[in-house]
Amino acid sequence: MNEFLLVFRRDFKTKEVQPSPEELQAHLSRWREWFRSLESQDKLARPLQPWESNGRVLKHDKSVTDGPYAEIKESIGGFIVIKAADYEEAVEIAKGAPILELGGTVEVRMAVK
Amino acid sequence: MQKAFLFVSMEERALLPHLFRTEYQKLVSVLCYLFGIEHIAVAEDIVSDTFLAATELWSVKGVPDNPTAWLYTVAKNKTKNWLKRNSFFQQKLMVDLQHNTPQGEEIEIDLSEQNITDSQLAMIFTVCHPSIPTESQIALALNLLCGFGAQEIADAYLTNKEVIYKRINRAKEKLKEADIKIQQPTLAEINDRLETVLKTLYLLFSEGYYSTSNNAVLRKDLCIEAMRLNYLLVEHPHTNKPVVNALLALMCFHSSRFDARLNDTGGVILYEDQDETRWNRELIERGEYYLNEAAATPTITKYHLEAAIAYWHTHKADSGEKWESILDLYNHLLILEYSPIAALNRAFALAKVKGKQQAIPEAEKLQLTGNYFYHALLGNLYTDIDDHKALQYYETALQLANSPADKELMTKNIDQLNHKQNN
Repeated sequence: MNEFLLVFRRDFKTKEVQPSPEELQAHLSRWREWFRSLESQDKLARPLQPWESNGRVLKHDKSVTDGPYAEIKESIGGFIVIKAADYEEAVEIAKGAPILELGGTVEVRMAVK
Repeated sequence: MQKAFLFVSMEERALLPHLFRTEYQKLVSVLCYLFGIEHIAVAEDIVSDTFLAATELWSVKGVPDNPTAWLYTVAKNKTKNWLKRNSFFQQKLMVDLQHNTPQGEEIEIDLSEQNITDSQLAMIFTVCHPSIPTESQIALALNLLCGFGAQEIADAYLTNKEVIYKRINRAKEKLKEADIKIQQPTLAEINDRLETVLKTLYLLFSEGYYSTSNNAVLRKDLCIEAMRLNYLLVEHPHTNKPVVNALLALMCFHSSRFDARLNDTGGVILYEDQDETRWNRELIERGEYYLNEAAATPTITKYHLEAAIAYWHTHKADSGEKWESILDLYNHLLILEYSPIAALNRAFALAKVKGKQQAIPEAEKLQLTGNYFYHALLGNLYTDIDDHKALQYYETALQLANSPADKELMTKNIDQLNHKQNN
């Protein structure tokens, strides 16, 4: 069994593509359901950990700005570590990620042993 | 890991329906009221950010015991942080602020029930400003007062998101251009603008009730929102006027049939075919209460007349008194404000009182040849009198029908007539 990092990214910046409050609430429920199903299948390799949505961005000149939506369009909405046999299974699991409904992406990376 | 698993799984409580939408409209109103309408975008950003934070945290940690209090705390903190980062804005705001914040003190974000209500009332009177074109006004009302997204509004209007965006933005531009202040309306302003406000609420409700959209849930939500805003006006001593009660009575009577008039597939069940045990008695009783309140002064508005017509429709059984009253009310309504739809409805009432023979020439006089309802009505009136003509009218109605439900209805009528002729 291998461990995989799933990174969820989405455009949080462009006003026109942001979900409405109602859509966001439905979206939240689907994350909860998805996380629950991963837990019940024992697919999570680490406990779920939410991260603050703001944070800081450190630039090459060491200047600090409020992040993370500084200059790039897509930002990280969160990440989880899962258990899967190979990339095929990990990608199959990632297909259930609700971020996809909002036009986001999931990056899948295997942990190097 | 095992602990986290337990924590999330134990959190079985479902989120309150529409929690985000409900709190969105309240928070946006309070922040707009605080910042001034020219800074809608800032208010919207802060509130959206709050919901994003909630989504990220709650999806993992579960919903807190008091989600509303959580949202308010986070929104307050986000506003304070935002003000700190934008000291220029804060200084300007301190000067502009309608609510006197003592010098040097932090701006207080008041999320008390009273301030939420005041803010929402001020927002209603701002959004329903006569300088904004009607279409944009309704889109803006749905967006700002009701917390609907552009996609949801587009679904109700059977148009696309981009069109709705344009309408909302045009309305926001207008508000800025005209430098419309968001504030508690004075008694004089209430008198001046109440008519526009009620018209917007009426259209909002109609959009939900008569929309051609197939999304029944969404349509019901529109009606509920229009009623909620109307209720806000009834609850406020300054706006609790007979005409406001009349409109709310009208909405109560109509919405009492909401569930009974749609079948499982979203098709229309005609009034005559509805199961009246599915009519919402509670809404009818509330409508009667508001109609009584509306009669507090002798002034009769079109909402009074429409509410009274709707009241008679809550009595299913045909009686002479019922249809004579409805006919009389339509006669008054047409004098007060002529509309083709009211004229067609009057012709139908006339048929009920005096018979189809008498109603046909009255209806045909209207000559609304491009109107679906005109042809549907004449199809109905000619049935059993001249089935051939009835068929012709129904066929034109079928061509003019917009919604799948109306098309289905006309096809059914045509089939019945054909069947009858063949036997």
